[in-house]
Amino acid sequence: MHPAFSVLFLTTLIGAGQGLFLALFSVEAYAELGLVPAPGSDFFAIGSLLSLGLLGLGLFASFFHLGRPERAWRTATKWRTSWLSREVIVLPAFMGMVFLYGLAHWLQFNPPLGVLPGDNFVLLTVLLGILGTLLAFALFVSTAMIYAAVKFLQEWHSPLTVVNYTLLGAASGFTLATALAAWAETGLVPFLAGWAIILTLLGLVGRVTSLIRNARIQPKSTLQTAIGIKHPAIQQKSQGFMGGSFNTREFFHHRSPAFLRAVKWLFLISAFAIPTALLALAMVMTVDPTNVLIAAFVIQYLGLLAERWFFFAQANHPQNLYYQSVS
Amino acid sequence: MTQLALVIDLNVCVGCQACVTSCKEWNTSGEAGPLVDMNPYGADPTGTFFNRVQTFEVGEFPNTETVHFPKSCLHCEEPPCVPVCPTGASYKRKEDGIVLVDYDKCIGCKYCSWACPYGVREVDAQRRVMTKCTLCVDRIYDQDLPEWDRKPACVRACPTNARLYGDIHDPNSVVSQAIRENGGYQLMPEWGTKPANHYLPRRKTRITVREDELERADNPLKIDSQLPKPGRDEPSLDDVTSW
Repeated sequence: MHPAFSVLFLTTLIGAGQGLFLALFSVEAYAELGLVPAPGSDFFAIGSLLSLGLLGLGLFASFFHLGRPERAWRTATKWRTSWLSREVIVLPAFMGMVFLYGLAHWLQFNPPLGVLPGDNFVLLTVLLGILGTLLAFALFVSTAMIYAAVKFLQEWHSPLTVVNYTLLGAASGFTLATALAAWAETGLVPFLAGWAIILTLLGLVGRVTSLIRNARIQPKSTLQTAIGIKHPAIQQKSQGFMGGSFNTREFFHHRSPAFLRAVKWLFLISAFAIPTALLALAMVMTVDPTNVLIAAFVIQYLGLLAERWFFFAQANHPQNLYYQSVS
Repeated sequence: MTQLALVIDLNVCVGCQACVTSCKEWNTSGEAGPLVDMNPYGADPTGTFFNRVQTFEVGEFPNTETVHFPKSCLHCEEPPCVPVCPTGASYKRKEDGIVLVDYDKCIGCKYCSWACPYGVREVDAQRRVMTKCTLCVDRIYDQDLPEWDRKPACVRACPTNARLYGDIHDPNSVVSQAIRENGGYQLMPEWGTKPANHYLPRRKTRITVREDELERADNPLKIDSQLPKPGRDEPSLDDVTSW
């Protein structure tokens, strides 16, 4: 497939935004249970703003993918059958929840909404956080299912796609949260860095698993089934036109196999190896690790852009069987 | 239930591209506006077509065969491009099974083209929406045309009658008979899309003649061969009989 930058930015930016929100709420939940030092409400407010910014940028990027962005509102109508439609509904809902969560923290408006057995209060921010977490996971699933649901793209048609979108988004979000903590709440750095490393390594396991799976894929369609002629030796002599067409542009990356291999190693190093090393370094540093962690996030984000590029480029669409030779 | 479809006979298609140009001409002149042609006389021309004729070589030299292969939307009975559409612009008509795009609802997200294994949907760079074969829906029901002309433009254009058109759910239609009797098949059956358009395979017309058929095996006394034949240099029956 042709990797369109609008979609690369959309999926990586909202992934990081969702991960950051999950990190924020993890901190709040752990703090409620007294497992980590409770940060000030500014930490949550700034974090939510940052998450909202990433989600907004992703949403903005997505419009460049559309031929008719002015009709984008129509996409919310077919949620019964289309994962794309579901994503379009869940993304603004999640953004709204992140906004309310950040607003409640910023205004320190946190009335107990009820009492659970054992005299535990149900706090507004916790309730918003739980709803936000559910929406974040719903968004991960919707985004990934857009790709995983297309059975013709065998590289994508796997539960691993959903797992990897979730893990990679969460990993980059936790890395960003670690950088935020290093700047605002240093006490949280070991907790967040630890989870960021765990998620990054889990993401590595998931991604490598899918790389191994994709390397062994047997294409379901062949030139024989494509034109229905049972002969082992078939060659295309003409695709019906000399110039390009939508079919030759949209479904192929137009790069060499060597370039693809280079991108694969680039993202394995830059999305997983370097961030893990920098996060581990930040955990043991005695001086301020903010810059190291910002570098870790930026390098990981660029690595995930490369990962997403590779994700698209590696997918081989069966329609390419019909477009192999100009004339 | 009606399911209109094309049946394309690969045995008689000569790859003349008449259906391609006829399709383009009809559909570029329609209500929905022109189908784009960019740099038509430049170095890298590109444009939208609903129908393409491709050419494949089957076998290895010298035992090769050239197959011309017209390809357009197959109007699947289980169209995978329809449920993925987020706006409902891509739909399949209940009354005749034609898969269409509502050009006023389409947002040009290209998702339906990813969900089509046949690569028959093309985004029009000028209209910025997904376009595809409509089976000439604006022609086959046109009451202003004479009855015999109410067929897709590609079918009307084909000089070898390689394109048949009709209802594949009607067992007595031309297309159903062709599929049934001439080994009609579907493309990429492995995906379960159930394409409505079918293809008829290449066929060889061979007569196997054995020795005994030349020699009249039912002539045990060889009476035929006992008749006196004229010698090579003698006059034949047409001139003067020698017997």
